[in-house]
This record gives sequence, C-alpha cells and structure tokens, in this order.
Amino acid sequence: MATHKPLDRRIIFLLIFLGVALPLIFTLGFKIETTENVEKAFNLIENTQSGSRVIISFDYDPASKPELHPMAKAVVEHAFRKKHKIIFTAFWPMGISMYEDILGQLASEFPDLKYGEDYVTLGYKTGGQVTMQKMGKNFRNVFPSDQLGTLVSELPIMDGIYNFDNISYVFTLSAGTPGIKEWVQIAHDAYGVKTSGGVTAVSAPAILPYVNDQEQLVGLLGGLKGAAEYELLIGSPGTATSGMDAQSIAHLIIIIFIVIGNINYYINKRKEI
Amino acid sequence: MQKRQLIFLVIAIFFLNFLFADSLMFKVIDNPNDDGTGVLIKWHQSGISGKIILNRKESLKSYEKIATLDPTKSNYLDKKGINPGTEYTYLIEFHNIKGQMIEKVELVVTPTGQWFNTDKKALLLFTLIIVFSIIYYIYSARSGKDLYIRKISGLDSMDEAVGRATEMGKPILYIPGTADIDDMQTIAGLTILGNLAQKAAEYDAEIIVPVNRSMVLSTAREIVKEAFIKAGRPDAYKPDSVFYLTDDQFGFVAGVDGIIVREKPAANFYLGTFYAESLILAETGFSSGAIQVAGTAMPSQLPFFVAACDYTLIGEELFAASAYLSKDPHQLGSLKGQDVGKALFVTLLFIGVIFEMFQISFLKDFLTNQ
Amino acid sequence: MKNKLPLLITFMAGIIVIVSDFIPHRPFGTISGTIEEWFLIISGFAIILGNLSLFKVNLNKIQFKMENWQYSIVTLFSFILMVVLGVLWGMETNAGFLGHGESISSFLGDKKPFDYLFDNVYQNLSATMFSLLAFFIASAAYRAFIGRTFESKLLVVSAILVMLGRTTLGTYLTGWLPNSLDFLHLPNIASFIMKYPNTAGQRAIMIGAGLGIIGSSIRIILGIERSYLGGN
Repeated sequence: MATHKPLDRRIIFLLIFLGVALPLIFTLGFKIETTENVEKAFNLIENTQSGSRVIISFDYDPASKPELHPMAKAVVEHAFRKKHKIIFTAFWPMGISMYEDILGQLASEFPDLKYGEDYVTLGYKTGGQVTMQKMGKNFRNVFPSDQLGTLVSELPIMDGIYNFDNISYVFTLSAGTPGIKEWVQIAHDAYGVKTSGGVTAVSAPAILPYVNDQEQLVGLLGGLKGAAEYELLIGSPGTATSGMDAQSIAHLIIIIFIVIGNINYYINKRKEI
Repeated sequence: MQKRQLIFLVIAIFFLNFLFADSLMFKVIDNPNDDGTGVLIKWHQSGISGKIILNRKESLKSYEKIATLDPTKSNYLDKKGINPGTEYTYLIEFHNIKGQMIEKVELVVTPTGQWFNTDKKALLLFTLIIVFSIIYYIYSARSGKDLYIRKISGLDSMDEAVGRATEMGKPILYIPGTADIDDMQTIAGLTILGNLAQKAAEYDAEIIVPVNRSMVLSTAREIVKEAFIKAGRPDAYKPDSVFYLTDDQFGFVAGVDGIIVREKPAANFYLGTFYAESLILAETGFSSGAIQVAGTAMPSQLPFFVAACDYTLIGEELFAASAYLSKDPHQLGSLKGQDVGKALFVTLLFIGVIFEMFQISFLKDFLTNQ
Repeated sequence: MKNKLPLLITFMAGIIVIVSDFIPHRPFGTISGTIEEWFLIISGFAIILGNLSLFKVNLNKIQFKMENWQYSIVTLFSFILMVVLGVLWGMETNAGFLGHGESISSFLGDKKPFDYLFDNVYQNLSATMFSLLAFFIASAAYRAFIGRTFESKLLVVSAILVMLGRTTLGTYLTGWLPNSLDFLHLPNIASFIMKYPNTAGQRAIMIGAGLGIIGSSIRIILGIERSYLGGN
C-alpha cells in the first residue's frame, strides 16, 4: 500500500468524469488503427461462405453493454452482410434483450431477412458449460424449440443441425462465466468448431493466451478499442468509434495521476532522507 | 512381359480416374471414441458445388431423409437417434448445382461404443502421474516427516484481522466469491471461511457473509454454524449473518458496497472467484479503512486486488489455504504432490521448446491430440 | 454416519465423473451428464432458499426497526414490483396472466411494464455500477503504480505503454514514425507486451491454479479435506 501523501479521491473522480464526458461532446477524431487480433476475427467472418450457419452467443448483460454492445452490433451486421445464417443464443439471461436490441437496430438495414430462414433466436439456457457440452452431443435436446416456442425441426435454418458439425463458427460476446472460456473449451477444443469472440477490456489479458497457434480462438476483440477497430474494418463507424476519444483522454488522465503519484513519492522520500 | 503389365496398369489407372472423376468416394464409418450413438460420413473434398442428400434406414424400415450437406466440406457426423449395435443403411445422393444426380451409393454400418477414448491418451497419462504423486505424498506424510510450507502472509493475517475486529467492536465481512458451489475457488473460499468463522467465534467477533448464489448460501451457513459449534459458542451463531443478496453481478456489488459503507467492517475478506466487481469491492473497502485480504485464481482480477488490498493470495495459494491453516500432514503432502506436477510441466515446457526449435514434433502431436 | 454418507457420495460422484471422461461407452459416457443435470435441478430449488433468505433478513430489519431498516423496504418493494409486473403482463414476447397489457404498453412507449423498468431502471443501474470501475481504476492506479523497486518501475513503464498503445492517442503520438521504426509505434509495443510477457505470466498463473484445483479436488474426493461439509 502506498505511504505517500494521499490525494483526495474526489479530485481524481471529477477529472475522470470530465475526461470521459467532454470528448463525447467535443470530438477530437484521432485516427484508429487496426490490430492483428481484430483482423483475424474479421477475416474469419469475411472468409466464411455465404449461407453458412453460425452461432452468435450473447453472454453478457446491461452492465457491460457499453463495451460489448457496439462490437456485437458490428459483428452481427458483418455476418448479415456476408449472408451468414445466424443462430442467436444467450447463456446469460439478459443476453436475450441484448440481441433483440441489436436486431431492432439492424432491422431497417436488412429489411429482407426472414426469421427462421436467415436467423433464429433460440433464447436463454441455464447450465453454462454443461449445456454447451450437451449442444455438442445433441443440439435439439438442449433447444427443442426456439425462443417463441416454434419447434426447431420446423425451422429451415436448423435443417441438419444436430450438433456443432454444420456450424461454421461460433462468435461469443462474453462478460464472464459462462462465456468465451467455456465456448473455447467446448466448441473448439472438444468439437473443433472455429471460435472467436469479444470481451471487456478488463478480461482481455486473461483470454489472450487462447489466441495461439492452435487457434483455440480465432482473434479476439478486446473492449471498446476492439469494437472501434471492427467498426472501421466493416466501414460502419458507431458508438465505439465515437467513444475512442473519451477512452484516450481517460487513459491520459490516469497516466498523469500515476506520474503525480510517483513524483509525490520521490519528494516524500527525499524529505525523509 | 513387365512392359506389358506396366502399360496395362497405366490404362487401368486412366480409366479408374475417369470413372471416379466426379465421385466423392463416400465412406460411412462408426464414429470413433463415442458411446456408439454417432456415424461419421466422410467424402473426398473436391470443391464441387452442389448438395449431398443423406438418407438412412434401419433394417426393414424405409429410408428417411437425415440432412442436406455441403459437398465442399469433407465429413458429417450423424447423431440423429442412432442406437449402438443397430445396423443402419445409408443412401447418399450427390446432386450437382444443376440438380442432376451425379452419384448414388448405399452403405451399411453398425455403430458401437468404445471403452477408451484414444484421443485422451496424453490427458490420462498426465492425470495418472499427477494423481498418483499427490496420493503418494499424502500417504507418505503419515510417516511423520516434517513438510515445509512457505509463509503465506495473507493467511497469517487472519488472526490480526479478527483481533482488530474484536478490539474495534466492528464486524468482519467475508465474500466467498461470486461463482456457484461447482467452482473450486468457491469451495476454497468456503474452506477458509470455516477457519475464520471459528476464530471469530473464539474472539467473539461478528462475521457477515453476504452471498450471491443460493447453493453457496446453504453451504456457507452450515460451515459457519459448525465453526461456532466447534469453537464451543453455538449460542453466538446467528443464522442471518450468512444471507443471500442477489444473483445479479452488479446488484450484489451494490449491496455489498452498501454494507461496507454503512457497517464499516474492520476487516474485509474476498476469497473465491471474482470478475469486474473485484476492484469496486476492494476500493470501497479501502476507502472505509478496513484491513483487506483477497485471493483468487482469476488472472485478470489479481492486479486489482494487489493494488487495493493489504494481502492477496495469488492463484494456487488460495487452494493451498486449507492445508496451510490446518497444518494437517495429509493435506500438506498433497501440496508436495502438486509440486511434482509443476516440475513435470516445467520439464515438458523446456523439452517442448527445444524440440520445436529443431522441428521435432512428436511431443507436440502427442500432447495436442485431444 | 452424518458425515460418512456425504463423503461416500462425494467419492462416488468424483470418481465417476473422472472415469467417464475417458470411457465413452454407455453408461459412463452419459453418467457425468446426468450428475450435472441433478446439480442444475438442485440449484433451481436452491433459488427458493435464496429468496426466502432475502425476505427473512429484510423483514427482520423492518420488524425490529434495525439500523437503516428503510433500505429494506426499498429492496422488498422493488422485488415484489418486478415479480408482480412480470406475472401480470409478462415480458418481451411472453404474455402474463392478464395478457400482453396493450393499453399500458402503449402508454409506456410500446414496452411492457416489466420491460420498461428493465430497460430504463435496471440497465442503467447496472451500467452505473460497472462504470464505477473507471473511477476506481484511476484512484487505485494512482496509489499502486509507484516505482519503489526495479520490478515496480518496470510495471509502471509497461502500464503506461499499454495504456497509451490501446488508445487512438497512442496511434496519433507515434504515427509519424517511419516504417523502419515501426516496432517503436505505441500500439505495436502494447501488442508485444500483451502478447508475450503478459500471456506468459497469465499462463503460469493458470497452470499453477490448475494444479491447485487438481490437488484440492483429490483431497475432497478422498475425504481428506472436509471443511466444505462444515468443519472437521
């Protein structure tokens, strides 16, 4: 613990508030550059054949919405553009309202999409990793019907899907457990399905080891920066892009405080001598 | 004579090649390493567009369409209502993009279950080595040999924290993580809770345990109750000191933060699985001036706990807590067994890196064959 | 007997789950799944226990006018309100006992009462709690990132490089560097730190924790560690 003179935390809080709020109003427009992990995730979707069946899992809730929602929107938009047939699932109860919101936002851009043919919402399932394991063994035991109660056997999009075999990739937007780790362990490690995802910036360092030569994860989107890069790659700037200035300034303020903290420490140390 | 044979062979290859030019060469086999409820349909990946129609029948019954497949892939696992030991006949039709049938084959298979999953050879080997070394050291510890365990400050601080709480007349707050009881970190957290609750009962300090999972509630209550009985203070146990707040992550954080701000506990313990809530809890605890001890095996949350708490148990230290606190030779023996596992991993990593540098890949192939 | 039975159940369940991972043949292949299903069923019933605890603790506070008892009223009122609204008019596409509540929904901007509160109260409260992180990270970083020793100095420098490299500001600051000095571009430095030193450290912690989990599991399966049963 620090022994140097404490600074009133309220000053730090006030400056962080201003540093985040002001750039949202007055944009600075710094250039965004894409990174390798985001490009890998982008290429996975870009290079998957049109008409492929894919799973996009919404494993987050409103708490992490500011970070994960923009990337969810960008990824779903990209997959729809590439004419992938999306199976929406949620392993967090609030995930349902998250994908419904995205579908609502994209409805005007993709007016021709047909429910049951181009996409399906299977809803929330409890049980996390155990349930994912069961999906790999027998998909229809886990999801006998969709969110609206229609039998899966009556939906054209689900034709021939009895396990992960006919799924081209799994993309998860994950804020914790169950989430990306479980998808890697089940979808990729146990059933060999290509898996990618997006996580909050805080949890990205712990998930990065899965982006390796074995391609346990094909790329990774980390936090708002990852979302902004994805928006840039699909050419559709959204809330993540506009939030990048705020993030830059907030980081800068934190760095300034770290510098002040260190100067404080050395001044105190010299006085003690 | 030999020349004539060679010419015949070349002509035969030419005609066979012509015959199978568009053939996908379907194979139907029992899916390996399963319980006999899967049939694997494989074909030659040719890049030809079109569709494969898969039909299946059981002995005397008629054919039933199973799926329409993409010929650009190379296999399909049929798991639709397959029973082990039953003979199935597959009728596979390959239609080109114009809808013309190019190929039609009928193949028979009888799926059976396997008694050992050969994909898990490496996993079994390492499981056995680690498990047996742990069991060996557990039982060799019976001989009374003194086993050394390094000092873990976070666990030693428990006495200090309980003493402080007693002096100040303030409660101790204990959070056994935010995951359910099926998480080993939660169990490790609950194990430490038992020891802490016993100390609290002995010193007559109050302990508050808010939980966010119902299953954890019943277990934590039982543990605290037993700890008070063990300390000879069953009368001091308050069932409501262990209570449920909510399953919601940030609802729980708000609730606990409220408790910290209002009750101002003398010591806060956060031991178990934590996510983004870690720093919010630890910083609120810091601002209230409490002694804080944290412990988790969540790598992404460790920096936050290290920054905001007085003591932090990092990863495996959390799981070693039970052995450390009880000083039971059996439990300490298991830690030594774990160290054998660690030595094994370090050696393997070292050898693996050298092998890969010289492009010898058999070790990597053996280990990654999951 | 009180303790022997749970220990026996733990031993049996533990061994079966481990063995079933290697034997796909029936019944082993399905037993672990069945045990996992039992866990889900039991945890479903335990939710009732949790909610009863919530009610009891808060009702006690109100009844005996304990310190800050007013907050308990808010807790119970919010709880009951959400349950009642959900039961009466349902949520999203599901109807409640009184149907879809079209007249109320039209008043609330085409949203059912439950969804209205969920979207406008719950979501915002949740996001507010999460966003506290931004403030707390700043204050914790100010206190913790002090270069006292060589290691901590290294930590401070790498933290600053990663923080800058993960933003557009980092791109802006070193964007002018020529291609030959691309490795000094802040986002590249940040990516290097995240990809190599960070990943190596994370893996080491994961391996250590994994071994810890194996050790604890064996102690529990063999009945050496029993504290989770409440003492002993």
